[in-house]
Amino acid sequence: MSDETTTGLNSRKILMWVFLGSDCMFFASLIGTYLIYKGMGASHPGPSDVFDIPTTSVSTFVLLMSSMSMVFAYAYLVRDNIKAFRIWMVSTIIMGATFLGFQIFEFSEFYFHDHLSPQTNLFGTTFYALTGTHGIHVTIGVVWLGIIFYSSLFRNSVSSKTNLDLDLAALYWHFVDIVWIVIFAVVYLFGTFRGFPS
Amino acid sequence: MVTDQKNKINKSDIHEHNHPSVITYFKVAMALILLTALEIVVFYFDWLRYGIIPVMAVLSIGKFAIVVMYYMHLKFDSKLFTYLFMAGLILAMVVILCLMALFGWFK
Repeated sequence: MSDETTTGLNSRKILMWVFLGSDCMFFASLIGTYLIYKGMGASHPGPSDVFDIPTTSVSTFVLLMSSMSMVFAYAYLVRDNIKAFRIWMVSTIIMGATFLGFQIFEFSEFYFHDHLSPQTNLFGTTFYALTGTHGIHVTIGVVWLGIIFYSSLFRNSVSSKTNLDLDLAALYWHFVDIVWIVIFAVVYLFGTFRGFPS
Repeated sequence: MVTDQKNKINKSDIHEHNHPSVITYFKVAMALILLTALEIVVFYFDWLRYGIIPVMAVLSIGKFAIVVMYYMHLKFDSKLFTYLFMAGLILAMVVILCLMALFGWFK
């Protein structure tokens, strides 16, 4: 069955962009909710009590590098260099999993050390909802990339002729990256900036 | 007939190849690292006070645009993809601004 449409564009790719547009609105509602509720109710622990900017900067760096690794994997696949494609895919998966490791570490620190749970205050509720949803997106991305990598181990199942499968997964992965760019600035950096007048 | 159909499937599955080179992707990654480093440096400039908001907005929008244009290939793909994504993105920003206005952020 062909994926072509009257627009001349691939229907699966159109669907992916529509999904990403709708996911923007989903994250917007979570970010908006975080912004309006984080200062309400019990004030401690708040963002400046729990966030560790150097640690989060490292995890942000890892996620940015995973996006570079992802485009390298794509670039080598369209050139039919399957060996290089596999190396960059593994690299992307490892960096995605590392980011998740950072997030699990951060959540456990907040929960056990800073006593911040989703029930503690509205900051906790909205923070865990927002970053947890992002973490679920990253997890889905890691699993998706893992499936494509596993498929590539079988003869001719992944090649330049079927690069659209990887292109769709890559679009999703980069979207997860751009959402984190916004979360890092709005939640972490603005949340702990000491220059705002109190 | 079967061959025609097979060719059609392959044509739709093979994606456009007018995408940037590996070197360009690497340069984009370096730009992203530089912008992130700038964000972190600016974060320690307490004297900026509310001035940090436009500075951080410009840096974040820059990173966002670079990833979308080069890594997600919107700069090179059909404009329809840009319209579909921008529609969602603009609505998303309107939702955030409306929520903030509704809860008195701009008073």
